[in-house]
Amino acid sequence: MIDFFETLLNSSDVFLKAAQWTLALTVISIFIAVFIGLFFAFLKISNIKPLEWIANAYIYLVRGTPLIVQIFIFYYGLTEIWMINAFWSAALGLAFHNGAYIAEIFRGSIQSIGKGQSEAGRSLGMNRATTMRRIILPQALRRAMPPLGNQFIIGLKDSSLAAFIGVAELFGVSTTKGANTFDYMTWLLVGAIWYLILVFIVTLLMNVVEKKMAASD
Amino acid sequence: MGNNMIEVNKLNKYFGDLHVLKDIDFEVQEKEVVVLIGASGSGKSTLLRCLNFLEMKNSGEIFLWGDEVNPKKENLNQVRQKIGMVFQHFNLFPHKTVLENVIEAPTQVKKVAKSEAINEGNELLEKVGLGDKTDVYPSKLSGGQKQRVAIARSLAMKPEIMLFDEPTSALDPELVGEVLQTMKDLAHEGMTMVVVTHEMGFAREVADRVVYMHDGKIVESGAPNDIFENPREERTQAFLSSIL
Repeated sequence: MIDFFETLLNSSDVFLKAAQWTLALTVISIFIAVFIGLFFAFLKISNIKPLEWIANAYIYLVRGTPLIVQIFIFYYGLTEIWMINAFWSAALGLAFHNGAYIAEIFRGSIQSIGKGQSEAGRSLGMNRATTMRRIILPQALRRAMPPLGNQFIIGLKDSSLAAFIGVAELFGVSTTKGANTFDYMTWLLVGAIWYLILVFIVTLLMNVVEKKMAASD
Repeated sequence: MGNNMIEVNKLNKYFGDLHVLKDIDFEVQEKEVVVLIGASGSGKSTLLRCLNFLEMKNSGEIFLWGDEVNPKKENLNQVRQKIGMVFQHFNLFPHKTVLENVIEAPTQVKKVAKSEAINEGNELLEKVGLGDKTDVYPSKLSGGQKQRVAIARSLAMKPEIMLFDEPTSALDPELVGEVLQTMKDLAHEGMTMVVVTHEMGFAREVADRVVYMHDGKIVESGAPNDIFENPREERTQAFLSSIL
């Protein structure tokens, strides 16, 4: 037990670096995914059939294939035409993946805002776009915060798959250490603890954000 | 046509197979207060919502200020700016304070300077008796206060007509009076109003004309005294005796 904590502390500089890669992957990919998600959510609620089909096809592709396959396709496929490194392949793969789930989160939260809100906006002479931007979206985004936070945590853990294309994030470092020392169990537990710490911090941040956004309730 | 602000000819509206408005002819003159009464499902709210194109007619003509409005060609956003609407469920913007609710449309739609909009907004809120609630969020208000904010929000666009869709139906009984009082004040100032309501006292006291609707048709229309004291149609008599 004492040995384990010593290992945890002694390796903290290496794992801190790995945790930074994990966080960078997550933050960048979710940031891009939010824009992808917003875009496809608008396609889905556009009431224009071809646009809805495009959005549905994208969501079906993402949901219908394993994330690891998507990341590999981004890594081996994309680098054929556009030289990007493993980190950016993983970041884009994760963004592509999370975008579909975030699109559904936004679609749900936009549609959950009562019809009376848009009617109130339209009856005051606001056009469709202004009503969406000023009235519907601010309320919808607030409602999307809890599921978005949840998706962020899922994304953080899914970023471990980037290890398979050689990104030295938490899981990658854990398995490398495990292979070098023939002591997988210890290093996987060390990695797991780092994930728990990150998720703990994210959860705290989410609580702060949600409290702030609840100001008008 | 004279000084008709609203004129509706042979208006028909369907919801799927349901024929909710049947060949409606209806007009409202400047400064007139018209109250629509009738059982729920009679089409009075739908008629009201057709007037500002929240519902689209299936056939018929709608003239506003003497000109026919063609929803396909006309910019409805401009038409709606001149027609205020107050909803049964208030529909205040919950993420905005009371004052922000009121200045939202003038600043966003009419591009009124914010300071000017705030001055006018404060005046309007003062007028509806909520001058002390400007920085409060709607969730902190009673139903009656919410509805008065909603009225102020509509008035902020300086409409020429105000439509009220059962403005007191969602209120606790003790809060109905304050909203009706605000509406009475508005009527006395000469606002043109079309009101869907079950408040017969209000209709009697404030309306210039009462219109009774049944099953998608206008059955009878006339001065409140005539409608309430000597209804000509059997349907009107039956309706009035069921509620009075």
